[in-house]
Amino acid sequence: MKYSYFPGCSLKGLGRAYEESLLPVMKHLGVDLQELDDWNCCGATAYMSVDEAKACVLASRNLALAERDGNHPILAPCSACYLVLNKTKHYLHQYPKMKATVDRALNAVGMKCEKDVPVRHPLDVLINDIGLDAIKMKVTKPLQGLKVAPYYGCQIVRPYATFDDQANPTTMDRLLEALGATVIRWPLKTKCCGGSLTGTIPEAGIRMVYILLNEAKKRGADCLATVCPLCQFNLDGYHSAVRRQYGDVLLPTVYFSQLMGLAFGLPDRDLALNRAAIPFRWRPSSPPPAPAQPPAAKSVAA
Amino acid sequence: MNSNREELRIGFYVCHCGHNIAATVDCAEVARYVGTLPHVALSREYKYMCSDPGQELIQQDIREHKLNRVVVASCSPLLHEHTFRGATEAGGLNPFYFHMVNIREHNSWVHTDRKEATEKAKALAQAAIERVAHHKALEVKRVKIHADVLVVGGGIAGIHAAMTMANAGKKVYLVEREPTIGGHMAKFDKTFPTLDCAACILTPKMSEVGNHPNITLWTYSEVTKVDGYVGNYKVTVKHKPRYIVEDACVGCMECIDACVYKTPKFEDEFNEGLGKRKPVFIPFPQATPQVVIIDPETCLNLKTGKCKKTCVEACADRMAIDFTQKETFDEIEVGTMIVATGFKTFDAKRVPAYGYGIYPNVYTALEVERLVNASGPTGGEVITRDGRHPKSIGIIHCVGSRDKKTNVWCSRVCCMYSMKLALLLKEHTGAEIYNFYIDIRTPGKGYEEFYNKLLDEGVHFIRGRVGEVTDWAMTPEEEGKLTIRVEDTLAGYVRRIPVDMVVLATGLEPQQDAQDVRRLFNLSCGGEGWFLERHPKLAPVSTFTDGIFIAGGCQGPRDIPDTVAQAGAAAAECLALIDKGYVEQEPNTAFVLAEECSGCKSCIPLCPYTAITFDESSKVAVINEALCKGCGTCVASCPSGSIVQNLFEDDEVFSEIKGVLAYD
Amino acid sequence: MNITRTIKYEADRVKGFGDEVMKVPGCEKLKDCIQCGTCSGVCPLSVYMDYTPRQVMELTRFDFKKEVLSSKTIWLCASCYACTCECPREIRITDIMYELKQRAIHEGVYPRKFPIPVLAQEFEKMVTANGRISEMPLVMKLFMKTDPLGAMGNWQMGLDLMKTGRFSLASEKINNREQLAKMFAAAEEKA
Repeated sequence: MKYSYFPGCSLKGLGRAYEESLLPVMKHLGVDLQELDDWNCCGATAYMSVDEAKACVLASRNLALAERDGNHPILAPCSACYLVLNKTKHYLHQYPKMKATVDRALNAVGMKCEKDVPVRHPLDVLINDIGLDAIKMKVTKPLQGLKVAPYYGCQIVRPYATFDDQANPTTMDRLLEALGATVIRWPLKTKCCGGSLTGTIPEAGIRMVYILLNEAKKRGADCLATVCPLCQFNLDGYHSAVRRQYGDVLLPTVYFSQLMGLAFGLPDRDLALNRAAIPFRWRPSSPPPAPAQPPAAKSVAA
Repeated sequence: MNSNREELRIGFYVCHCGHNIAATVDCAEVARYVGTLPHVALSREYKYMCSDPGQELIQQDIREHKLNRVVVASCSPLLHEHTFRGATEAGGLNPFYFHMVNIREHNSWVHTDRKEATEKAKALAQAAIERVAHHKALEVKRVKIHADVLVVGGGIAGIHAAMTMANAGKKVYLVEREPTIGGHMAKFDKTFPTLDCAACILTPKMSEVGNHPNITLWTYSEVTKVDGYVGNYKVTVKHKPRYIVEDACVGCMECIDACVYKTPKFEDEFNEGLGKRKPVFIPFPQATPQVVIIDPETCLNLKTGKCKKTCVEACADRMAIDFTQKETFDEIEVGTMIVATGFKTFDAKRVPAYGYGIYPNVYTALEVERLVNASGPTGGEVITRDGRHPKSIGIIHCVGSRDKKTNVWCSRVCCMYSMKLALLLKEHTGAEIYNFYIDIRTPGKGYEEFYNKLLDEGVHFIRGRVGEVTDWAMTPEEEGKLTIRVEDTLAGYVRRIPVDMVVLATGLEPQQDAQDVRRLFNLSCGGEGWFLERHPKLAPVSTFTDGIFIAGGCQGPRDIPDTVAQAGAAAAECLALIDKGYVEQEPNTAFVLAEECSGCKSCIPLCPYTAITFDESSKVAVINEALCKGCGTCVASCPSGSIVQNLFEDDEVFSEIKGVLAYD
Repeated sequence: MNITRTIKYEADRVKGFGDEVMKVPGCEKLKDCIQCGTCSGVCPLSVYMDYTPRQVMELTRFDFKKEVLSSKTIWLCASCYACTCECPREIRITDIMYELKQRAIHEGVYPRKFPIPVLAQEFEKMVTANGRISEMPLVMKLFMKTDPLGAMGNWQMGLDLMKTGRFSLASEKINNREQLAKMFAAAEEKA
């Protein structure tokens, strides 16, 4: 299986732990990731607010690059990139005027975007292409006893729910259970983390972070698992601001890929665990007898 | 009659239909053009051809201008073909010398360009002129109506219709697929706006049905086959095994007491799963018939064959229990039918944001009907699934309704039943009650007054569609409660309101198997799946199949008063047909030219109405005119071209095509 | 005492504004709004807004352009799409917010000193020039423009980032910036 890997700006910056853990995990599973050559910013929320057409041009350059480099599905780990690339594809299908603008831009540099290259999220690929069975086979250090609150955030299920249920996504729940972790059921798993408001309007953004941390903690979570660099940054990086306003809700936030690496027994230095402000340390209390593998179907009913 | 020899004198009329046609089609131009065509003796335009003067005009012209053919270009033949045939006949001509052109539904209503619409009208008119020249005089046949009636569905609609007709002396078969009649109404506690006890007004009618000498009541039975035509339907009814000999059972319920399951263990459907029942049970105390039923899914004996059968012992000499029962069939003949198969309620799990099936204290309205009912699972005590007496209750309106993601329609009854439940819950619990609504709709007698009463009683109304119901607490008073997050759109604030119990006012939907029922009775459905009435205003209980009528919730969401009114109307339609005694049959049937039929039999299996048989003595196919619906399938399929259909003979159809093509 | 007269006259409407927005791809269904308030009910940020999302829909439809474009609401939208997914009329409220943001920027009527539109514009400038975002320099710019002292309050976070090897002032750039510039130029040509 081959994918065009689209890291996006965050995975090279604040969210580098995501890339640093995702790449070895994917490699360990035998997934061939080829970083898209000279990719550019996806367009993102902020750009869309200023000029939607130009945002679509930006996104479509990436789509065209992938098309040129073998037309493999794009793997977009960042939720915002995942959404914007998919949204652009949607616009190109639905709105001829937008397509004309984009085509004009691409034509000017001799590129094309017409093969409808799929844009996919790692969770989608892990569950649907690789499969939980193959993942379970790689688990050597099951996360037995670790209570994880899966946090999906907004943009991988909204507005385009392509690989998971919009109201109650379960792909990460099932993945975490396959790793041997205990999944915390909580109603906030698709609530917004505040996005860039943590920086721009802290009174709103910080409170949203606090609500998530507090609720996960109340329900007994040892950590939050995220799929998005911005979510991770907000939940992890603003802990001191949260503490100042609301008191201590210290709870580590890790990428699901870091948990996968731990369960696969990959060395810590390959998982960038040291990149979080709130350190996540976990060792199974005793060497587990056999990998615990709760039936995957059970979590669907959550 | 040989029309070819006499000189053709066609009269043509183009109707304005007020602005409906005239706004898009230049009627004067159409009339002028048709006037120039051969054999057209006169061509007129008129504002409303269907009006009395319009019809008078046709009659007068036939007499004065010696017309022998008439063409009217106006609306759909579905609406006024009958009218104009009548006028033609009143003028002294055979009514089938008339032909109608639809320039409204097929033209003015679907086009905007006046010039092109006018051209199209001229082409269609020319086709009709060419066609009508070949029309023949035909005779309308009368078919006798069988006086017995079938009512399908034993909810309040079916009950009322059956009683009305039985009281008029007609023999009625009432078929209900559940073990008892009563339908949804039997589950209700009170009825709005008068707060009559639902059981008190329904159960007397149910037992009347059970005892009526003119009503054959078949519960736990389903219609499986419908053959025939108006006045002469043959219907097959399947009786599912209830493992009880209905005539032998006296409803003493001793078998229930004796069942090897000492305590009720299985989900009680009648109580919406809130209570338990045994494998042998009676759905509710006033069930009609008062006969127990054994559920094969839970009965130990029927499932495993290993049971002490204490029920059989208890029944003793009455010998009403029969584990060997198989399904049986009855074939009946009826002249008319009423389909009153009802609705189902929206599955609240389809709106995950409201937490039904996730949080135990979220209820559907129907569950609450049982919860406040004295004969319900809690004896009328409002106690939540986790054992609380609620002190605050939120009722969410429009669940599943008015939503493009689920059902777009307004379910019509939810505003009123929500308010009814609000009042009942307040009486039972004294709780603070919040209604969350988009719009309050109370268009019924005494309904707005009921709304006012609720306001007086201090029930709260918040205008806003609820965003979510959640168990995540932000403030101390939200701890342990369900919190409703909503914009109070009138105050302009987003609010969080903690409650102990949430009631979802789920909307109404077509039955799961509505499409199967539709096919069985040859009905039509609207896009949403409700059975379609023949005309939304003027034939609200008729269908497109003669002799079959609809009533109640199967046609669309409606409340009890409207359902009963509709059931009465459907009964009256049946009675009108029965008492008239006959129906006139459209003579557009097919017939075989015996001398040309090769006897290949290829037409016989194609006929959807099994109207064709093979005459072994003459070795030709024969069409039963009474069964033929004039669909034309056999005509098109006959390899020797020896089947002809009245009103659709080759020269009629070809000349019509020629006419439309001749215009350019 | 300070009181405000809030009546709206027909002259206060910029007739045609609503229709114009409703013609934009993705915004068409605003016509179908029944003002049920689901959008505000599910919006995590509606509690901070000067007009609730529902009110923005109504104001837009009724041509109250000034009120809408200068509102904080449109900038507080974090693009979580909850409203879009839950709207019973399938109105793509998030996309309408984007459209309104673009118009506010275009007309320069966004609330002054409000950091979000500043961030959006700085973001756009940086990506247009470099093809990528460099997060730290972007954040620095934002603070310089809106709240120079605020940056100081975040020393703890800066420290955390340095300790965890995520503090970088390097400027990320794509190689083929020329190509991107050509594309933008072509996109703007006829439009």
